[in-house]
Amino acid sequence: MRTVRMLATAALTGAALLGLAGPAALADSPSATPDPSAGSGSGPTEAGTTFRTAARFLPGQQATAQAATGDYLYWVFPADTGQRPTVRATVTLPDAALRHGPATWRIDVYDGLRRRQPCMYGMQSRTAPKEAATVELACVLRPVRASADAWANDPLPGSYYVRLTVTGLPEEDLGQPFTARIGVDTVDKGGAYATDGSLGAPLVPGATTADQAEADEEAGRRTAVEAAAPEDGWSSGWWSDRWLWTAAGGILAALAGIGGYVLTRGTGRPPRVPPAV
Amino acid sequence: MATGACALLAALSVALLPTGAAADEPAKESPKVELVLDVSGSMRAKDIDGKSRMAAAKQAFNEVLDAVPEEVRLGIRTLGADYPGQDRKRGCKDTRQLYPVGPLDRTEAKTAVATLAPTGWTPIGPALLGAADDLGDDGATKRIVLITDGEDTCAPLDPCQVAREIAAKGIHLVIDTLGLVPDAKTRQQLTCIAEATGGTYTSIHRTEDLSRRVRQLVDRAADPVVTPVATEGAVRCDKAPQLKPGLYTDRESFGEHRWYRVDLLPGQELRASVSVSADRAVNDDYGVLLRAVTLHGREIVRGSEAGDGRTDVISTGLRYPKPDLDDGPGDAKPAAESVCLQVSNSFSAPPSVKTTPGMPIELTVDVVDGPSTASDVASFGLGRGWWLLGALVLVGFLAGLVWGWLSRWRVAVWRTH
Repeated sequence: MRTVRMLATAALTGAALLGLAGPAALADSPSATPDPSAGSGSGPTEAGTTFRTAARFLPGQQATAQAATGDYLYWVFPADTGQRPTVRATVTLPDAALRHGPATWRIDVYDGLRRRQPCMYGMQSRTAPKEAATVELACVLRPVRASADAWANDPLPGSYYVRLTVTGLPEEDLGQPFTARIGVDTVDKGGAYATDGSLGAPLVPGATTADQAEADEEAGRRTAVEAAAPEDGWSSGWWSDRWLWTAAGGILAALAGIGGYVLTRGTGRPPRVPPAV
Repeated sequence: MATGACALLAALSVALLPTGAAADEPAKESPKVELVLDVSGSMRAKDIDGKSRMAAAKQAFNEVLDAVPEEVRLGIRTLGADYPGQDRKRGCKDTRQLYPVGPLDRTEAKTAVATLAPTGWTPIGPALLGAADDLGDDGATKRIVLITDGEDTCAPLDPCQVAREIAAKGIHLVIDTLGLVPDAKTRQQLTCIAEATGGTYTSIHRTEDLSRRVRQLVDRAADPVVTPVATEGAVRCDKAPQLKPGLYTDRESFGEHRWYRVDLLPGQELRASVSVSADRAVNDDYGVLLRAVTLHGREIVRGSEAGDGRTDVISTGLRYPKPDLDDGPGDAKPAAESVCLQVSNSFSAPPSVKTTPGMPIELTVDVVDGPSTASDVASFGLGRGWWLLGALVLVGFLAGLVWGWLSRWRVAVWRTH
């Protein structure tokens, strides 16, 4: 009977501890990262036309652009360790009366090294029938890791480029005006993807060595890494909910140890020992 | 609103630029734009909002001239404005500078535009050459905005080839084309010109579209962009040019290999990316390969990408963290390693397409501090998940039991003695 009570207590204590760690530990549930900028400021109203001129926006913002079909539009946004970005684009097509057939639209996402990033889910490319007014595109990237070996193209913290363009359309439909709206939501994937190691600098074009960055700062120049940072800066990457899981595990083990120990003691003295020596 | 967004964009794009190559350059020269307007006879056609194409163009020009950002030096060139005759030779030389590239006097420019009347031929090629001359070859970013309603009537000078050759001069010039109510041939020619220089093509059916688009293009020119440094890769690594961190351009023909070299100290990481632009009609499947190779020819790491269908560029990149030296001489500066970068592409083109000059490639080179190496897959080797908790609880419980039995046994032994 006693045993059962002890075990129950241990289990309850463990549950309580886990309850404390809960919000962080169960971060797999899709809760968007809190982003103070959401709604407070809208994104750029123009898009770039090359990697170099890509228009920057932050997760939570909506970037818009007006362009002609056939243009290649570029945007860039920051993504940090542990986040899983979802890019969503809406293209408002040219007047259906001006169009001659279906058009295929496509978004591609590239990392700071201009390496194409695959989409886990989402319609990255879609063909709009002639009568359609809009096309919705989406791309869910893989969760961003703190580090990867040099031979992998795992997503790393840094800049991410989005390119929007039409890949297939009747030739006479080139050059007609359309508008695009693009936004990025990030989901925090918690510690499940917390890898060891970290980059010397985020994958941002123009990143320099620490010495050079220091010299730049002293000269009053903003470094590329700083300029490309998310709203609250790049995370240092040492924190993950693995600390909580490991700590909780340690405490539970200690409690279970005490439980096991107490179990062997039984009530009072061992029966073989005489009552009074 | 538009200017605000522009200023924001400008600030952002400046901030995003690689500092390495830009740092050595002198103060930025203000950007230059030349508007090239077709004043050929066909501009009389009344099919834009019920007005003639010429009237639409004039109205758009007035609106654009009012909205030109301060820092932009703007010029205007016409084609087909003066010679009404039938002599093809003379008609094909008919292009002149209407307003010189420089600080803009709005009234003067507007007056000059107002005098134009649809007249002659459509010598697009010569006009583009003239415009490129007008813009000069200084370090400023340059943009030609070509507004026309018909294809070039002055063969054999192919304006598309002219555009590609202008772009190949490496004077950072982009040509945007606007077709007024274009037919199939015009569209083909204008898209080809735009594609050859990394510009855009727009077809115009309404006056408001025309003025908005031209304004947008002029504003785009005003966005300061770092101008890449021209370099020329070699056919072998030992002859390759030495690159410092920065942004570079080069040209690479179909199937050609280009080599560059970068010095890297132990404990530093090399980041390189390359974009090859498809600036002409190419076959549907293509690819790019960027390899980092040691001086002795050992491949360290590669980045590759392949694609199909319509595209502007194809890009890839690589990282090479050079491990830190563990036991070197303490105070001696470690020697830098020369890393060779090889850029190759697998573009191909139909036989009708010219292969020279090569396709533009853009190469970025960054050197950063090396990463802190991972000693474990997981962050700091920490654990996570219910299996971990279960295992820890089980082990803890067993340890408690054993400890308890041991101590009971010891007590019992002690008591009996």
